Amino acid sequence: MDLKKYQNYFFILPIILVVVSLAALFIFGLKPNIELSGGSLLQVHYVESRPEAEAVHEKIAPLDLGEVLVQPSGENDYILRQRALTQEEKISLDQALASFGPVEEERYTSIGPSIGKELVRKAWWAISLVVLSIIIYIAFAFRHVGDITSASERNSVRSWQYGVVAIITLVHDIIIPLGLYAWLGYYTGAEVGTLFIVALLTILGISINDTIVIFDRIRENLAINEAKKNHHESFADVVWKSITQTMARSINTSLTVIVMLLALVFLGPESTRGMAITLTVGMVAGTYSSIFLASPLLVLVEKYQNRSKTVKA
Amino acid sequence: MTVRVFYALVTLALSAAVAFFVYQNTISPDAKYPFKFGLDLAGGSQLTYVADVSKVNPAEVPELMEVLRGVIERRVNVFGVSEPLVQVEKSSVVAETVEQRLIVELPGVTDIDEAVKSIGETPLLEFKLVDEEALAAQAAIESINIENAKITNNNKTEPYIDTGLTGRYLQSAQLQFAGQTSGGLANEPIVAISFNEEGAELFAEITGNNPGETLAIFLDGEIISSPRINERITGGQAIISGGFTPEEARSLAENLSFGALPVPITLDSTETIGSSLGERALRDGVYAGVVGFIILSLFMIAWYRLTGLIAVIALLIYVAVMLALFQFIPVVLTAAGMAGLILSIGLAVDANVLIAERIKEELRSGKGNDEAIKEGFGRAWLAIRDANVAHIIAGVILFWFGTSLIKGFALVLLIGVFVSMLSAITISRTLLRAIPVNTNSKIGRFLMSSGLAK
Repeated sequence: MDLKKYQNYFFILPIILVVVSLAALFIFGLKPNIELSGGSLLQVHYVESRPEAEAVHEKIAPLDLGEVLVQPSGENDYILRQRALTQEEKISLDQALASFGPVEEERYTSIGPSIGKELVRKAWWAISLVVLSIIIYIAFAFRHVGDITSASERNSVRSWQYGVVAIITLVHDIIIPLGLYAWLGYYTGAEVGTLFIVALLTILGISINDTIVIFDRIRENLAINEAKKNHHESFADVVWKSITQTMARSINTSLTVIVMLLALVFLGPESTRGMAITLTVGMVAGTYSSIFLASPLLVLVEKYQNRSKTVKA
Repeated sequence: MTVRVFYALVTLALSAAVAFFVYQNTISPDAKYPFKFGLDLAGGSQLTYVADVSKVNPAEVPELMEVLRGVIERRVNVFGVSEPLVQVEKSSVVAETVEQRLIVELPGVTDIDEAVKSIGETPLLEFKLVDEEALAAQAAIESINIENAKITNNNKTEPYIDTGLTGRYLQSAQLQFAGQTSGGLANEPIVAISFNEEGAELFAEITGNNPGETLAIFLDGEIISSPRINERITGGQAIISGGFTPEEARSLAENLSFGALPVPITLDSTETIGSSLGERALRDGVYAGVVGFIILSLFMIAWYRLTGLIAVIALLIYVAVMLALFQFIPVVLTAAGMAGLILSIGLAVDANVLIAERIKEELRSGKGNDEAIKEGFGRAWLAIRDANVAHIIAGVILFWFGTSLIKGFALVLLIGVFVSMLSAITISRTLLRAIPVNTNSKIGRFLMSSGLAK
């Protein structure tokens, strides 16, 4: 199969997904959960049968707790979301809910605004730090690639250009789960919290790997050609040869991770489901992008670079 | 060859010992190294208090927080909760405002009303000198303000001056009745307190320097009595009288005997997870891990055959070592931590796949089995090392970012990176080299190749 022939078609899917994701992000935005925005969440389990949501609303209206979101969960559970409560308010809420029959408290979280604000700031710092360290890492790993084709007539792809392409790939891998969550937030009320951010940071770490493994092969093959004084093979050929050589590894290693993640999505605990979904989507996007986005982009860069040269001359 | 087999057997025996260690510590009720589960898996509560240290000299804050921690710990211990955890946490350097927090973890306690109430009853005791002039001025301004609200007090002087003498120096408190010692109405219930050595010195200094002044006693921010200082008081004994009923005085003495708050605190956040929800999360997590592992193993064996089988054995050892480390260090396991372990199993395969692919390439280039294995491991090592650098970077940053629940995820991922390098490089190689495969035979080639190739 000559993948090189279809090279430009591989850009179609990422472009569509990124555009759709960005649109979802700008139109719907992300819904922060109470960890980030402050507020409280109470999950109760009715031992016998749960009352109608309407009745619950009526019962707690006089308590003056602000806007309360009453959401059924599981068979006999309710999840209530509202502003942060004082201890007295919490007790009166418990009493109101218990008036419908025996009730067990499954989970109660109340988060003051200052901790949430701190987490949001920390998240931005963490994301910036990860991106920065990855840029440094790429710069370090590819500090010699640019020198390799010095003997050739064509301008080679510079080290920093490998870095830029790797970062474009990362941005792609991050925007897609973000877009998915904007969309999910709008249709199902899914919220993002610290675990979502953790998943994004993990994707950054994993997906840069795949890209680096392929770039590594390109470097190796360029060096081999250089040593053999073989300048007949075009850069595009070298890139696709490298992709073919590493494809099995890239797909198989991603597949093993995705198998574990899917088990976590379908069988794992409720609390990490969102995280597992984010990681799965990020992994799929990351695998596709390191094979079909990053390397073809390198070919484009090389072509563009040499076109401008001939125009000048 | 026999040496190789011997190494392989030693590796397997050691791994079996590790697995037995994990098994023993898991089933035995009084194991020395049991798994430690976070609140989200074991059920329990976490209360986060914010301490108001705005009026305290910043240099003294760490010490005050330590005193506060001790006071709250004494209170919490009364509940008979097994292993309550009270710790001080400072907001991170990137936070907008610096906050001092006190985190109280109560494993197994899901009804927190009582705990919150009890901690809330910890008295805040302060002694302040009264500036009579400022007090009079303030009273005057307040009366003017009623007539003309626009007048504001420009040279406002705080009528109550902090002396630094607070409940942190309290040593003991006792209910007494006046008349037994001195002063007050006969039989009025009073609380006699004594300061520790440091507090006694401070008390002597304050009373010695300010004879004739008023020393107001504040309880939870309210003035309860303002006795006049007659003379320097040494010995660190003081009396709080404030028209208490006997019951009020008794409960105050009782509360003070646990210690008094050195700084005011407010409850900021609470988190409670019912034990049934936690149990379910733990069960689902283990189930997901086991099912994922089985599918993964089938895939590895089907695709990579002999190298796949070796990889699966190496992965089993990887899991055993990880679990043993969790018990031994110990790592507090949370739902996020379990997700981290499950993810790390998937990632640990990565090294094995890299090695298997490289061995295959070496075999294809015409090398013998032994040499191919040696070369394959050697060449894969660089890629494995590079690949793990990114994980280590992400793991370290995640660890810093994390709240306690997320730290578990980052820590598991980090430990996983190191253990997986160990298991892929040393264990897989030792095992693979111990098995004699003749790559000239049809079966031998089949075992060492992969995918749909014959």
